[in-house]
Amino acid sequence: MIGDIKTVFWKEWQEIMVWGGARGKLGILLLAGVFGIFLPLQSGRGWVETPAVLIYWTWVPLFLVSSVIADAFAGERERHTLETLLASRLSDRAILLGKFAAAVAYGVSIAWLCLLLGLVIVNLVHGAGELLLYPLNVAVGIVALTLLGAGLSAGAGVLVSLRASTVRQAQQTLSIAIMLLLFVPVFGFQALPDEWKMHLAEQFVNLAVTRVIVIASLLLVALNVGLLAAATGRFRRARLILD
Amino acid sequence: MTHYAIRTNDLSRHFGAVHAVERLTLEVPGGIVFGFLGPNGAGKTTTIRLLLGLLEPTAGRAEVLGFDTRTQADEIRHYAGALLEHAGLYERLSAEHNLEFYGRISHLPNADRQARIEELLTHLDLWERRKETVGTWSRGMKQKLAIARTLLHRPQLIFLDEPTAGLDPIAAAALRDDLAGLAAREGVTVFLTTHNLAEAEKLCQQVGVIRQGHLIAVGSPEALRAQRGTPRVEIRGRGFSQPLLDALCARPEVLGVDQRPDHLALQLREGAETAALVSLIVGAGAQVEEVRRENASLEEVFLALMEQER
Repeated sequence: MIGDIKTVFWKEWQEIMVWGGARGKLGILLLAGVFGIFLPLQSGRGWVETPAVLIYWTWVPLFLVSSVIADAFAGERERHTLETLLASRLSDRAILLGKFAAAVAYGVSIAWLCLLLGLVIVNLVHGAGELLLYPLNVAVGIVALTLLGAGLSAGAGVLVSLRASTVRQAQQTLSIAIMLLLFVPVFGFQALPDEWKMHLAEQFVNLAVTRVIVIASLLLVALNVGLLAAATGRFRRARLILD
Repeated sequence: MTHYAIRTNDLSRHFGAVHAVERLTLEVPGGIVFGFLGPNGAGKTTTIRLLLGLLEPTAGRAEVLGFDTRTQADEIRHYAGALLEHAGLYERLSAEHNLEFYGRISHLPNADRQARIEELLTHLDLWERRKETVGTWSRGMKQKLAIARTLLHRPQLIFLDEPTAGLDPIAAAALRDDLAGLAAREGVTVFLTTHNLAEAEKLCQQVGVIRQGHLIAVGSPEALRAQRGTPRVEIRGRGFSQPLLDALCARPEVLGVDQRPDHLALQLREGAETAALVSLIVGAGAQVEEVRRENASLEEVFLALMEQER
């Protein structure tokens, strides 16, 4: 089973590496420029000292993964490779988890590269001879939230991609889902009465960073498990072929 | 005892009111090329999907390589290979990576995998181009690569769903030769669907004809031709007069006479002697240059079957 997951992962990784061509690589460079150079330069020492950076590192892999995961099944269907893959000896879970893992690895690896680049830039420009590092709880939080953010996007993406008949359709659905995920809490908060907003803001400020990380991680773990379970339930060879 | 690669018993698959496959009972012996013939929408692809365990039958059962398609589909897919309606190649990847992926899926050890990839690509004249992205290749080359992928893990049985469809005649003939050569060399059972009857006649030891989900004939091409078609004689020459044509029509072994500008085509009853007819023609003063006797082609048999079932 693990060997088969690795095999699917290998194939997906090969495809991701050649997919998108120059435009795809330019997009990654742009992302590295913003999150690895521009924002760290602008934020200065705050880039490593403010726990607010956790929001960036949850969002970046979410965005990165969504750009490749839509292709997972909808792309195979569109390019007529899905039926041949399903006619192989691979198990349903190996196909599903291999694709999931490759998308997560892609999002996390680029996010971590940007993170390292940002750290180097901040130290070079604002270090003043001192080694600037993230506090331990924030560092652990970044690792956990990038992984879980990528997992959330990959789980939702697999589910959407299983249902979509084209990559474009999958990308559109996934984009809407991510926008809702980002904007509903923001606009929901704005819509609350002022008293409630004040109360919630006080509660949030008083929460310890570690507690926020733990709560966010638990929430994301639950969402990841739920989405993967839904995708596993949805993955039926006969249904995929007839779709 | 005959070893059967495929056995089905009253196998049916319905999609709502559409009966894609209906009570299909079929036995395909191991080691042969079996042609599954039928017009578009006859149920050929659905049959392959049922045999690979990709679809559940509505009724009946099927065994492939001794495994039940309902309960042992994983085993079937392990020991069989399939080239389906589409080549199923990853066009962004190189030919080598495409085979590497399917070799890994089949758990071929690394050294064996590399050797097997080289062996198959060399045999198909693709080895020098193995690093190229498949998307840049012609359809004929892609089909060759797909056949290499199908045979990579040395399956006991391969399903080929119209492998030469969409190819130009030269590429189709080349692919047919490659396919025949590889199948014979590997000793693999081939279940081939096609509506190219010349292809089936060249490649297949046995054929089955399916129409609207029903199997309407099965046997060797020769047997089908003998059962369904009547022998014909084509006589090239000059001086075929009307009295001669009347005399030929009056003969009990002659079913029909067709006069063309430079030859006569006689439709004969099964077992009719040609020599007596040639004597009659020569005796009537006609000049005979060539006499050719032939049975009905598989295409004629097929068309007759389709017409009969209409």
